[in-house]
Amino acid sequence: MIRTMLYGVMSLHLLGACCTTFAEAPRFNRDILPILADHCFNCHGADGAARKAGLRLDTEAGAKALLKSETIAVVPGDRHASALFQRINATDDDRMPPLETGNGLSETQIERLGAWIDAGAPWETHWAYTPPNRPAPPTVTDANWPRNAIDAFILARLEKAGTHPSPEADKRTLLRRLHLDLVGLPPSTDDLLTFLSDTSPDAYARQVDRLLTSPHFGEKWARWWLDLAGYADSDGFLSDFQRPQAWRYRQWVVDALNANLPFDQFTVRQIAGDLLPQATVDQQMGTGFLRNTLANREGGADLEEYRVMQATERVISVGTVWLAETMECARCHDHKYDPISQREFYAFYAFFNNADEVNIDAPLPGQAAPYETAWDEYAAARIALLEPVAEELAALQAQWEEKMMWAADHPGEGNYHWDRAWEVLGLIWGQNFGEGQLEGTYIVRKPVAERTLDEQFRLQDYFFSRGSLVDEARFKELKISELAARIAELKKALPPMSRAPAMRASRDLRPTHLMHRGDFRAPREPVGMGTPEALHPFTPDGPPDRLDLARWLVAPENPLTPRVTVNRFWQELFGRGIVATSDDFGVRGARPSHPDLLDWLAVHFVESGWDVKALLKTMVLSSTYRQQSDARPDRQEQDPGNVLLARQNRARLSAELTRDNALAASGLLHRRIGGPSVRPPQPDSVTKEAFDQTWVADEGPDRYRRGLYTFIQRTSPFGQSVNFDFPDTNRACTRRERSNTPLQALNLLNDVTFVDAARHLAATTIPITDWDARLDAAFLRCLARYPDATERERLRRYFDEEQARRAASPDSIPDTVRNFAPLQEEPESAAWVMVCSVLLNLDEFITKE
Amino acid sequence: MDTQRFRTIQSRRDFFRSCAGGIGTIALHGLLSREGRAAQAAESLVPHIAPRAKNVIYLFMAGAPSQYDLIAPKPIMTKWHGTPVPAHFMTGLQDQLMKSTAQVFASPRTFQHYGESGMEFSDFLPHTGSIADELCMVHSMHTDVSNHHPAQLLMNCGVPRFGHPAMGSWVSYGLGSECDNLPGFVVLTSDSGKGIDGGSSNWSNGFLPSSHRGVTFRSSGDPVLYLSNPKGVSHDAQRARIDALADLNQHHLEKTGDQEIASRIAAYEMAFNMQLSVPGLLDFSDETDATKTMYGLDQDITTPFGTNCLMARRMVERGVRFVQLYHSTWDDHSELNKNLKINCAMTDLPCAALIRDLKQRGLLDETLVIWGGEFGRTPMNEIRRGNTPGQEGRDHHPFAFSLWMAGGGIKPGTVVGATDELGFHITEDPVHVHDLQATILHSLGINHERLTYRHQGRDYRLTDVAGKVVDKVLA
Repeated sequence: MIRTMLYGVMSLHLLGACCTTFAEAPRFNRDILPILADHCFNCHGADGAARKAGLRLDTEAGAKALLKSETIAVVPGDRHASALFQRINATDDDRMPPLETGNGLSETQIERLGAWIDAGAPWETHWAYTPPNRPAPPTVTDANWPRNAIDAFILARLEKAGTHPSPEADKRTLLRRLHLDLVGLPPSTDDLLTFLSDTSPDAYARQVDRLLTSPHFGEKWARWWLDLAGYADSDGFLSDFQRPQAWRYRQWVVDALNANLPFDQFTVRQIAGDLLPQATVDQQMGTGFLRNTLANREGGADLEEYRVMQATERVISVGTVWLAETMECARCHDHKYDPISQREFYAFYAFFNNADEVNIDAPLPGQAAPYETAWDEYAAARIALLEPVAEELAALQAQWEEKMMWAADHPGEGNYHWDRAWEVLGLIWGQNFGEGQLEGTYIVRKPVAERTLDEQFRLQDYFFSRGSLVDEARFKELKISELAARIAELKKALPPMSRAPAMRASRDLRPTHLMHRGDFRAPREPVGMGTPEALHPFTPDGPPDRLDLARWLVAPENPLTPRVTVNRFWQELFGRGIVATSDDFGVRGARPSHPDLLDWLAVHFVESGWDVKALLKTMVLSSTYRQQSDARPDRQEQDPGNVLLARQNRARLSAELTRDNALAASGLLHRRIGGPSVRPPQPDSVTKEAFDQTWVADEGPDRYRRGLYTFIQRTSPFGQSVNFDFPDTNRACTRRERSNTPLQALNLLNDVTFVDAARHLAATTIPITDWDARLDAAFLRCLARYPDATERERLRRYFDEEQARRAASPDSIPDTVRNFAPLQEEPESAAWVMVCSVLLNLDEFITKE
Repeated sequence: MDTQRFRTIQSRRDFFRSCAGGIGTIALHGLLSREGRAAQAAESLVPHIAPRAKNVIYLFMAGAPSQYDLIAPKPIMTKWHGTPVPAHFMTGLQDQLMKSTAQVFASPRTFQHYGESGMEFSDFLPHTGSIADELCMVHSMHTDVSNHHPAQLLMNCGVPRFGHPAMGSWVSYGLGSECDNLPGFVVLTSDSGKGIDGGSSNWSNGFLPSSHRGVTFRSSGDPVLYLSNPKGVSHDAQRARIDALADLNQHHLEKTGDQEIASRIAAYEMAFNMQLSVPGLLDFSDETDATKTMYGLDQDITTPFGTNCLMARRMVERGVRFVQLYHSTWDDHSELNKNLKINCAMTDLPCAALIRDLKQRGLLDETLVIWGGEFGRTPMNEIRRGNTPGQEGRDHHPFAFSLWMAGGGIKPGTVVGATDELGFHITEDPVHVHDLQATILHSLGINHERLTYRHQGRDYRLTDVAGKVVDKVLA
């Protein structure tokens, strides 16, 4: 009895609930730091500007220093001599935190601080900032259960809590789970029957290997990564222009994952692939990661304001994705909780302040050679065409460029039209093509001799279309619009060349300043490139650049990246991270439920050469992963969130997988991998509510591609996706919500895609004449199992009723069924379609069990 | 209590728990107390203060209507008409939008005093004028940004960026729903041309649970996405399909023990109820002709916005907590006079009808109504399309603008705040966007500093780190 109670208390604590007393001395990281962070750091933390009474409690030196008031906050070993303890117990105006903040400490918290001081007030660095070592897997009582180290860590905790894991799930559940996790699609009936009949000991492992090498693996995990990247097919903001080349980055991610590109290289290419020696097109395309920031092309936008905003967003994104640090908090002031000063924010920002947007030629297979040959001819023809007026054109264009540049350097001083011309050049350039923003202004700033021929041509094209301001009369006399039309003709002869979003180093080093309160108009002292000091050292060879930053992120001594990354893989497979706040490893984030397991995985991952597929394999081969997901009533009280993993977690499928699975089970899914985004059907009203948008649904098989490929218009995302918790694409999303709403029910019941899927599932199975065998076939396709007697009886009853209803009212049979070849016997077909629809609506169908 | 009823409540509890993520308690609080179950009295639950309003109808005039030509007359503008703005108004301004070449453009409209309050409205807003004594006019609004979308986000979500919850989401999160078959936060857009600039980011749930997202009732097709049955599926067939599903789901619930399945069953039941109740909500046949005429449903020009105003009233009657109406064609950089006339003709009558109708039904006391845009417009002519008479327009002006509020908790017939003689800067009682938000929450019984949500280690709130309740607008 006492044992049980004790364990109850421990697991409650683990869940972040408050507990009464501790037999053991409080531990700083676990028990003390969260109190200080929540109640004290606002005024006594890292933020120097907000600090009161000269006291900082976020460092050991600060907490134990002699203050101006001649007192010491924390006197190790003596709570009553400690000013901190006196003040948190005060009953008058001295009380801390001040009563009016409503942020007071509980008796328990006060006692815990006292006990900690009495025990010598030992200090620890926040767990996430200390490098992981490789803990030895603990010994366990039930030595038969663990298959690998993961299981030892999990089982040891379960045994300590006086409980045991759940039995292994049955084979069909395991195969469906594995399919959904590794490739995001259900097993085919053949896959299932093969696996069920394979009794060899490594049958399961061979399924794992098969799925890890499936080309659909990259699709499933690309979506996982694109959440982090904040991928979208449009700019966001006012007009939300489309980015028809954005998909190249998405494809890059699919390919990289399929090729099992080690995670360190995967990282380096996304942060600084363009800076690698002799960077290939493929390496440069990784930097498309940084191009997912929003772009504002609204007239009147301040070019610099939005450039700064984009660079800032890149800092925030990299901070979240690799470090799980809330960098944004340090944009306007020192971070209140974590050791990132405002100055360090801008040191990090300096890397991205010197990266410019550019789109590069990124030929698809077969495009390069014909294009290059034709381009040389095109260039020669173009130059020949303009030759007679070349000098005058150059002079006119130079004048146009000068006037704009003068206006850019003297805003508001001259003719407003030139201010506007510069602004438009910055904003409009590449609009609707997803080309780099501000690229036009960078070319104009470049001396003519340094411009590539391609840049010269592109700027000249722009000048022809929008430069007449410089001299309307001469423009007419030179017949520039005719010349432009003839150049357009020449271009038509060029074979296609695909382009891809990327980044490149700024031509001239842009100085970076700390911006007072984050305002780009209030630069203060200059700041060089660097990383937060509290983390591992940054040691570039020579002047630092983005490539050094990228390598610093994946340096073996980085305490954060490996932990953060393995935690995200874990979260996807187990439904919850070992650190529940997978976006925040800072002092206000959750503590790991299994710190040693997290560290073991992190070290194992790095030592494996950052091998993603091997890591996933280790996880899915574990006994922990293979457990049943059924509820454990015996654990409900102690561990309602299943933090200790006494079972697997049931989880509703994501928006994309919900749709993918309906399409796959029904046989409608078009499995083509890669290519530009597609527009499946959805009600017009989805896009009508946003500014000036239309959505013309694709015809043919593109209506039934995987959700990964659905066009993402930021201001009016796909209706079904939104209903199923598709994230905002404005920022990195580290963890999707899983809601359960009536809008989802309406979606699955009534949306044309799911209606189509039901009809196809019906058509695929209806040739089976025996009703029970037909139901078996549909069940196998949808749920990878046979119906039990209750289900069979209930569905038969439903089918009979439905058939009678249809027979009584032939008008109720829609043309879509009546005219659909395999569905001949009309009342029966219509009723069978409804049975299929019920299967596609089952909770089990949209859930990974 | 019979077991069936108990099961319903249990599953509804689970439903709300899962719908509302980890916060359940607040929404659940409302639900349980409504069902006569013992309400948990916890200090942290709202209301923090005595609520004055239960519901909000926010008439969002996106694009920013010109205060100078509608509700904030500045007769002295004629003195400077056609000349550059006197330099002292522009001191220290860095805003890109303030073009030095722009000249003062006196409003071509005429103004009239209305009601006992003597509030002034232009000849484009006679109907709003007729309800002047119900309104509180705020002339001292100001905002931080001067581009549409960021400014709309600031007004709706408290920060000029994507990703934060909208006011309606915060209110739904804080107060829960009073309605089983309709969402707590509904958005209505009238088909006045182009849609709203930032689309759904303006009614995003941000980091709050997605059950608090604004649900758009659409003006074309299904009012709620996928509300209608597929072709050939009758009401009875839908019922039978949901019954079969419920039985199979229940069977699986018994096998797995996962309460999430109970929530799923409840969600399907609620979906079915929505299918029944929404058409009733949209069916105006129970409204008298007089009511329909009052909202302008007998005229083409007023029908789209009038329909939404009437719908908003019907929604708050049924317990929808926060209804936001968008009319989004107010961005008049040119042809201001002509466009304003059209937009006012579309909206003036229905806005007045809404206030009057709420009042006659006793709903105005418990419904807070707000009318306004994301910023104001400049006193200068923008000359985007040449300086031709009739082509004049006004640019964006974040430093001073006007809006009105009415209903629950608002002091009727008052004017708050003042600006300088050109309306360029505020001279009295500045009201920042965060102050407006704090005031709206206050009327609903919410202390804006205490309605918070922990996200990425920080406690976020609608008003960011600012906001002060504007006592002068409160009754």
